[in-house]
Amino acid sequence: MTEWLNILIQGALLGGLYALFAIGLSLAFGIMRLVNIAHGDLIVLSAYIALVTVNATGMHPLASVVVVVPVMFALGYALQRGLLNFTLGGGLLAPLLVTFGISVIIQNVLLQVFNATTYRLQAGPIETASVGIGGIAVGVFPLIVFATATLSIAGLQLLFYRTAIGRAFRATSDDADTAELMGIDNRHLYALGLAIAMIFTAIAGVLMAVRSTFDPAAGPTRLIFAFEAVIIGGLGSLWGTLLGGMVLGIAQSVGSALSPSWQILAGHIAFLVILVLRPSGFFPRTRD
Amino acid sequence: MAGVTVERSTRASRAFGIVLLLGLVALATLPYWSGAGTMRLVSEMGYYLALAQLWNLLAGYAGLVSVGQQAYVGIGGYVLFYLTSDWGMHPLLAVALAGPIAAVISLPVALAVFRLRGAYFAVGTWVIAETFRLGVSLIESLGAGSGMSLTPAIVRQIAPDRAGRDLIVYWVSLAIVALVCAVVYLVLRSRHGLALAAIRDSEPASASLGVDTFRTKLTIYVVTAACTGVVGAFIFLQKLRLTPEVGFSINDWTVVVIFMVVIGGIGTLEGPILGVIVYFVLREFLSDYGTWYLILLGSVAVAIMLLAQEGLWGLIARRFDLRLFSLRRHLSH
Repeated sequence: MTEWLNILIQGALLGGLYALFAIGLSLAFGIMRLVNIAHGDLIVLSAYIALVTVNATGMHPLASVVVVVPVMFALGYALQRGLLNFTLGGGLLAPLLVTFGISVIIQNVLLQVFNATTYRLQAGPIETASVGIGGIAVGVFPLIVFATATLSIAGLQLLFYRTAIGRAFRATSDDADTAELMGIDNRHLYALGLAIAMIFTAIAGVLMAVRSTFDPAAGPTRLIFAFEAVIIGGLGSLWGTLLGGMVLGIAQSVGSALSPSWQILAGHIAFLVILVLRPSGFFPRTRD
Repeated sequence: MAGVTVERSTRASRAFGIVLLLGLVALATLPYWSGAGTMRLVSEMGYYLALAQLWNLLAGYAGLVSVGQQAYVGIGGYVLFYLTSDWGMHPLLAVALAGPIAAVISLPVALAVFRLRGAYFAVGTWVIAETFRLGVSLIESLGAGSGMSLTPAIVRQIAPDRAGRDLIVYWVSLAIVALVCAVVYLVLRSRHGLALAAIRDSEPASASLGVDTFRTKLTIYVVTAACTGVVGAFIFLQKLRLTPEVGFSINDWTVVVIFMVVIGGIGTLEGPILGVIVYFVLREFLSDYGTWYLILLGSVAVAIMLLAQEGLWGLIARRFDLRLFSLRRHLSH
């Protein structure tokens, strides 16, 4: 009994990381209607930037966010303004295939620079620390990850519903042409949208680099986890995405308890079952 | 309106038909005037052309941008290896059977992924392919993670000696490529092709005129899966060795295929042919550079999607007003 409760809790906390993977994907879709195939590779790129930062300065891996976040923010702005803005409004094919090309480019550039070696960032005693809750030992690091995901989503809700820029995002998402007539510069706003999405991608990348090993080919799997969390939760609902991440995390951790080789497969199966039974997810919001 | 007829062929398309026929004859007689290396290259270009035309039909014409077609390549391969090893079936019969089996598997898959729209459909197909890859690596009778091999006894069923085998496999590869391209061409000329053009121009308008968009797309998806299954089985008949990693590889069976179609020109029949040729020429010169080669391909594909979405063939066709396949209808007096 305690053993299964433990598995459920570990899975739910793992879901926090998947929700962080998913926030960037969800934001880009919500604001620009852009499905970014390179999203997973941008998470992995963040992990590598953290690696370089830690190696160069010797700072604590978790502190490297002060470098990784601004770098990814700038990259997100430039990527959207310089490249992806030109793909919008002309159908599905261009944004899909351009981000697909970017994904292949990022993977191979990382492979060229860092080889296929797997890396992991060592965060010291925090990795193994745990607190006892009702006889179950819960890791401090997974708790930090989950809290980060919850705070991120709460912060985004505030941004979207309590600030002027948030109102501009919602207006552009509802009707880009009318928003532009009202004086909103959509090109700048979209660039800002991807830049903000990249903040969470960067945080997710740093946390992933501490939690597990990564290599240049690790991106596509992160994209798939993020995508599964988004669809399970329902398009456009950030709290739904957190729930979707938790469902995925629990499915994986139950699968892995049955047999280690079942971990990822159990997640995919849970996703497909939910897709067939409840195609619009648990909290549907956006219609595409 | 007297004296006006609807025509589909143009002078260029009729001339190209003859060129195509002559080319096919030349390729069929290739074994008698060329070496085994050239045969292997032609056969590899052939199955990539087949995969490219199939993906182009799916993404370029039906708007179903799948990045999970490697699922059916892998399924085709496993059908071949399982039926020949465990049931003692003749390899060529197993290659043919891979088609209907892939079609049957694609139906429930379609019911799941068709619930996703647009780009989410793309990622959904990818999850399906990953599910098959992970699932197959758990099945002991399919060799699990370490895969399967075709034993010499099985291969000898095609022909007892190596030269005879190479010859038959080569001709089969030509036949499969010709068949797949013919299927794509005929689908596009059928009422489904007309329905696809209507859906592409306006989905609500075509639906209101009685086009069953769901059924049309489902038909295209299943036909494509069946053909991809046959091509997949054939690919692994040549390779003789199959693992889940190679069989369901997104890089080998989908990424390079997408690059070929996008560079050549998506949504045309001529584009993929040009794309395959460009890809193999580039590979001949640049494959030593490994990762740089893929970075270059990715950059070219991005540039084409941003600057000239219709690809290289689109540029040529517009410059010379050239259409080599008679798909469009036009009026003549």
